Amino acid sequence: MKTSIERVALRDAFGKALVNIGAEDARLRVLDADVSGSTKTCMFNEKYPDRFYNVGVAEGNLADIAAGMATCGLRPVISAFSLFLSLKATDQIRNVICYNKLPVIIAGGYGGLSDSFDGASHQSLVDIAIMRALPEMIVLAPASACEIEPALREALKLDKPVFIRLGRNPVPDLPELGENFQIGKGKILCGGTDVTIVSCGLMSSIALEAVENLANRGVSAELLHFASIKPLDATMLLSSAQKTGAVVTVEEHTVLGGLGGAVAEVLGCNYPVPLELIGVQDCFTESGPYDVLLNKYGLSVDKIVDKVKAVIARKK
Amino acid sequence: MSVCTKNKTQKYTDAQLQAMAMEFRIKVLDMLHAVGSGHWGGSASVAELLTVLYFDQMNINPDMPADPQRDRLILSKGHAAPMLYTVLARCGFFPESELDTLREVDSRLQGHPCMNKLPGVDMSTGALGHGISIGLGMALSAAADKPYQTYVIVGEGCLNEGSSWEAIMAAGKFKPSNLTLMIDYNKVQLDGYSQDIMPLDPLPEKFAAFNWNVAPRVFDGHSVKDVRESLSWAQQQECGPKVIVYQTRKGKGVESMEDSNKWHGAPVDDNTYALARPELEATMNKWKEINEN
Repeated sequence: MKTSIERVALRDAFGKALVNIGAEDARLRVLDADVSGSTKTCMFNEKYPDRFYNVGVAEGNLADIAAGMATCGLRPVISAFSLFLSLKATDQIRNVICYNKLPVIIAGGYGGLSDSFDGASHQSLVDIAIMRALPEMIVLAPASACEIEPALREALKLDKPVFIRLGRNPVPDLPELGENFQIGKGKILCGGTDVTIVSCGLMSSIALEAVENLANRGVSAELLHFASIKPLDATMLLSSAQKTGAVVTVEEHTVLGGLGGAVAEVLGCNYPVPLELIGVQDCFTESGPYDVLLNKYGLSVDKIVDKVKAVIARKK
Repeated sequence: MSVCTKNKTQKYTDAQLQAMAMEFRIKVLDMLHAVGSGHWGGSASVAELLTVLYFDQMNINPDMPADPQRDRLILSKGHAAPMLYTVLARCGFFPESELDTLREVDSRLQGHPCMNKLPGVDMSTGALGHGISIGLGMALSAAADKPYQTYVIVGEGCLNEGSSWEAIMAAGKFKPSNLTLMIDYNKVQLDGYSQDIMPLDPLPEKFAAFNWNVAPRVFDGHSVKDVRESLSWAQQQECGPKVIVYQTRKGKGVESMEDSNKWHGAPVDDNTYALARPELEATMNKWKEINEN
């Protein structure tokens, strides 16, 4: 990755954004499950202790308390580790928040492999698939710190549940992503004609490097950053696929049911083209340095380049 | 102004409310018999609790079901929905004729309550173990100068769920003074007696250990007088969440259907219906006579 690009952790941007929004929106409540020091909701607690609730390590309770608040006109944001929100609060999120279409923002901290040293028990590689399957849920996976506050502000305009996936570690900040953030809209990070790469989260930065690498090899890749996985910008996807005739998806998530699944559903039903999915395979991961894990599990520039070559070879 | 609002335009006697609860049981029996499914036992168990709440206690206005200042009721044991629907319809939240659509396609009366379909339902329930957490969130949302009451009704099933105990622990921490938990303790669940399925005793001691205000005795959940007295106790508690344990009988009102897990969710067949309805009517008429005398 380029060293010239500033690196900021999404969790830090999240903590600051909550404080900023909290100054303007008296309805905002922030709830955490004993990980506020990690997720950075501690910043909101410091500024607005009367609007912050630490419910202890009880993600289900966290979600339902917020649901009750949402029925009373408040705008709660619940924050915990993404894997535990996805697994331990699924009943509450599905049966109470989504079924009742309650405007609760579910902030999944430490998404993907970002809780790298803690190992498989903490690494969140199924959250997008789970959240995406829930009716009424909006699913966001921003790439860059500058997207976080706009994403939260857009989410607060809706009367619906929104899941927003965050990460632990500093990642490249891509200022252009912070402009005009819209739920349901993708962004073209780079125009191209030979292949479409669709990415979300941190992988958009890595895909951007891959695009430069491919350009040096004479391959013109179009890179679509989809921070909004549900709703998915099918118009942008199909338009690009019709132009390039081949698609590769890249996500820090299992290849089952996440961004790749969403893209496959749209392409399969509307405009089938050769498709390759990059993500963690159907396996448990392990402890280690973040960058080493990303490489080991195939979330790398080299992997993207390989898959692009493969998918282009499949074009008729 | 509806009869259901606080500062009630109509004050009911104990006997009147007892008769109304029996009338609601009759309607629920009719509904369950007609549709061939639904939960008689748990519905009959909460008849007096819901009747007293909606016709004597709660500040609600059927003309403004979403009034931010209204009192809230969460029927955490959502399978008792038919009784809730019957009470809400009598309050005037929707036409009583609609009760006959229970569990039918396109009906607003789902098998378990859905707040976005039916006016008067403050929270959708069905999956057990949610009500106390949600009620805690509602209670904490009330502005200090505009408090409303939040009531949560749970049964044994809800208290089997670990999530309930997360909420009980959290309520002991946040100490809302406008949260009242009412335990419909009929001691029978789907599979049998709760003592065999998952013993819950001693409930008052458990709640005391979680820093709740615990009602000074177990109240009779089928006695309007007792239910009124219990809620009067709750109103007098100034700090922290309140819990009241009610001794109830699953299937209350039809002797052959009482205290049996068979009538948790079995369809009300023709023979049972033919025997049960006159029994309910006789009890209702007895209360009406008491009231007139």
